[in-house]
Amino acid sequence: MNSPTQREYGVVAAIAVIGLVVLPLLNGAVPESSALHLTTFQLGVFGKYLCYAVLALGVNLLWGQTGILSLGQCLFFALGGYALGMHLMLLIGKLGQYHADIPDFMVFLEFPKRYPSTGGLPPHWIPFRNLGFALAAVVIVPALVATAFGWLAFRSRIKGVYFSILSQALTYAATLLFFRNDFTFGGNNGLTDFKVILGHDVNQPATKRALYIASGLLLLGTYAFCRWLTTTKFGLIQRAIRDSENRVLFSGYATAHFKLFVFVVAAVIAGLGGALYVPQVGIINPSDMGTDKSLEAVVWCAVGGRGSIVGPILGAIGVNALKSYATHSFAEQWPYFLGILFILVTLFLPDGLVGIPARVRGLLARRRPPAGPTPPPSSSPS
Amino acid sequence: MKNIPVKLVGSALLALFLGAARAADTVKVGVLHSLSGTMAISETSLKDVLLFTFDEINKSGGVKVGGKPHMIEPVIVDPASNWPLFAEKAEQLLVKDQVSVVFGCWTSVSRKSVLPVFERNNGLLFYPVQYEGEELSKNIFYTAEAVNQQAIPAVDYMLGEGKKKFYLLGSDYVYPRTTNKILKQYLKSKGIPDADIEEIYTPFGHTDYQTIVASIKTFSGGGKACVISTLNGDTNVPFFKEFANAGLTSENCPVVSFSISEDEFRGLPAKALAGHLGCWTYFMSIKSPENAKFVADFQKWLQAPKVTGVDYTVTGVDPKGRVTCSPMNLSRIGVYLWKAAVEKAGSFDVDKVRPAIVGQKFKGPAGEVVMQANHHLVNTAFIGETLPTGQFKIIKTIKKVAGEPFSAKFLGAN
Repeated sequence: MNSPTQREYGVVAAIAVIGLVVLPLLNGAVPESSALHLTTFQLGVFGKYLCYAVLALGVNLLWGQTGILSLGQCLFFALGGYALGMHLMLLIGKLGQYHADIPDFMVFLEFPKRYPSTGGLPPHWIPFRNLGFALAAVVIVPALVATAFGWLAFRSRIKGVYFSILSQALTYAATLLFFRNDFTFGGNNGLTDFKVILGHDVNQPATKRALYIASGLLLLGTYAFCRWLTTTKFGLIQRAIRDSENRVLFSGYATAHFKLFVFVVAAVIAGLGGALYVPQVGIINPSDMGTDKSLEAVVWCAVGGRGSIVGPILGAIGVNALKSYATHSFAEQWPYFLGILFILVTLFLPDGLVGIPARVRGLLARRRPPAGPTPPPSSSPS
Repeated sequence: MKNIPVKLVGSALLALFLGAARAADTVKVGVLHSLSGTMAISETSLKDVLLFTFDEINKSGGVKVGGKPHMIEPVIVDPASNWPLFAEKAEQLLVKDQVSVVFGCWTSVSRKSVLPVFERNNGLLFYPVQYEGEELSKNIFYTAEAVNQQAIPAVDYMLGEGKKKFYLLGSDYVYPRTTNKILKQYLKSKGIPDADIEEIYTPFGHTDYQTIVASIKTFSGGGKACVISTLNGDTNVPFFKEFANAGLTSENCPVVSFSISEDEFRGLPAKALAGHLGCWTYFMSIKSPENAKFVADFQKWLQAPKVTGVDYTVTGVDPKGRVTCSPMNLSRIGVYLWKAAVEKAGSFDVDKVRPAIVGQKFKGPAGEVVMQANHHLVNTAFIGETLPTGQFKIIKTIKKVAGEPFSAKFLGAN
């Protein structure tokens, strides 16, 4: 008989084949007249969900696996997005409204007067002309911010709700900072109207397809990484910290270092998701790092089932698909739908959607008289 | 008994035929305004006025193409004040629902977010809210006030009143930044020295205006000063309260606001702003038969909102204390311009409708407007004085102001 893990691998492999091979083929190889054809628009929306799912995996790594509830993960998501977005802005070149060498917003903010020696480009923008640098920044910038913030917070033993509030304050402060036009990242409008990526027109179906597949591969890779981590000793310590941090601390583990590492890894995961999100939705601005967005990501995890690895993916895709559907079909009532769903899940499904089968089995077992003595709870790690 | 199945089949066929005939007689039109989130308070009114306008048109026979009337069928989506979601919803309207035209957006960032979508899918968008210009897409028609239809007339009025010092105060985003940049150049061309122009920005939702008001007080010390405000939304309340507390009044230092219309006064205390000025291309208090009819019909419609001719039930409309304002008037004008253009082109095809919109005229509540080749309107600008009721008393009318998105062009003319 297959173990639950093996069964999960089977399901994941099947979904990966459908998601990474079948859907792109339905978009690219099936003629538009066919009923089976998948529109580029729809594929693009799926791609967006996949990036959200990557973000949710990062949130889960912190919250579900380590017990750290960060309400600021979208900051790292947006930082990754901004890093790639800056590169894409510089690629627009003369295709912008002003046909200038620098991005449009720099023209109307009169940057050429502020930075005359570089033709208007702020010095820290210059290295982003290089794709390699931008990609490195996608990883390094969120990692650095997370290291600085995490080091201060975990070293001071800030935990629980205090950590959540601080993380929320951090992302809120960053939002306000990015809103400022003087901060040189486009202010409220952010970065938008991208034209090319890697020499390809961002609006071409083939480019969109490639971005979708890249998002799928990133999600698959993140899933595999998170899954692998749970099997390691590191994963075990993670869960021990979640369940009783003091015991781990007194067993001689420097929990702050473990937590810092997980926090940085989650930030990098969020940054990667954000980087692929930006070319697909075509805009990144400070509202994407707002506290509400970070809260939404936590809600996806809760709905899908925190603690499991598949749950957050299911939650992110499910909630966003429902939102896409409801904002169109029930434009005036949809917030109620989503609100009721969240209340129901919180009340009746503490383990989220992935917990449903176990709950159903539990209910059935309660009806039957016990067949034998209940097995003892699994022993705690020595 | 034998006849019944035949009859059934017959009536089924008839129903199918009628259904098909009815479906052929409608035209889908997208409404892209946030109905939830931070912008809902402003954008819901635009959704309401659009539905009212569709009802008005359907009642009078719909849009006639090829001699056949087409009922407007609204497709309403909620982009939820979320800018990436604006792009998704816009694309859904164009690709999935295949709407002929979209009316929508309020903030500049939402327009920037959907612009590539409309260009990529060759859609048509009408944008109704005053904005900073510096943009011209072949797929967007801007019924909105450009800077030279709102800010420049207001500053001209102030210069005419003998004001010599200008304090430019705004929320820190693209519309105030661009407007003030243009105003500074304009004021300089009118002989106002740099020392007499102050430019300050505050973040969104800023509440502490003590320092700024103190500096305004010093600035306005010698009289002859005024404030040009592009502050947005809630921020206005603490600003105007502080302003009054400091002993500043509309007599010794008037404030002209560009972002407060009648509809905003539903959520702001108008008393604090009484006496200060506003500038728009429409005020609810305009006395014209067209405006009287528009206001009366809209308020009547709100009591029992519906769209005639199509199965669309309107829900969630609050009829209490409703007003009309410039963005609402411009939304409605957009629908009529599109209708006239479609009827002229004899087709809903975007490539045929687009050239037909240019040159189209409409006699609206605030007088006649004409769509120019630059996708902006020739419109009338009004300066109004705020009344404690949240209405404006019109004190100056500037006729036939041609909208121009690029400041380099209208500044060059001076």
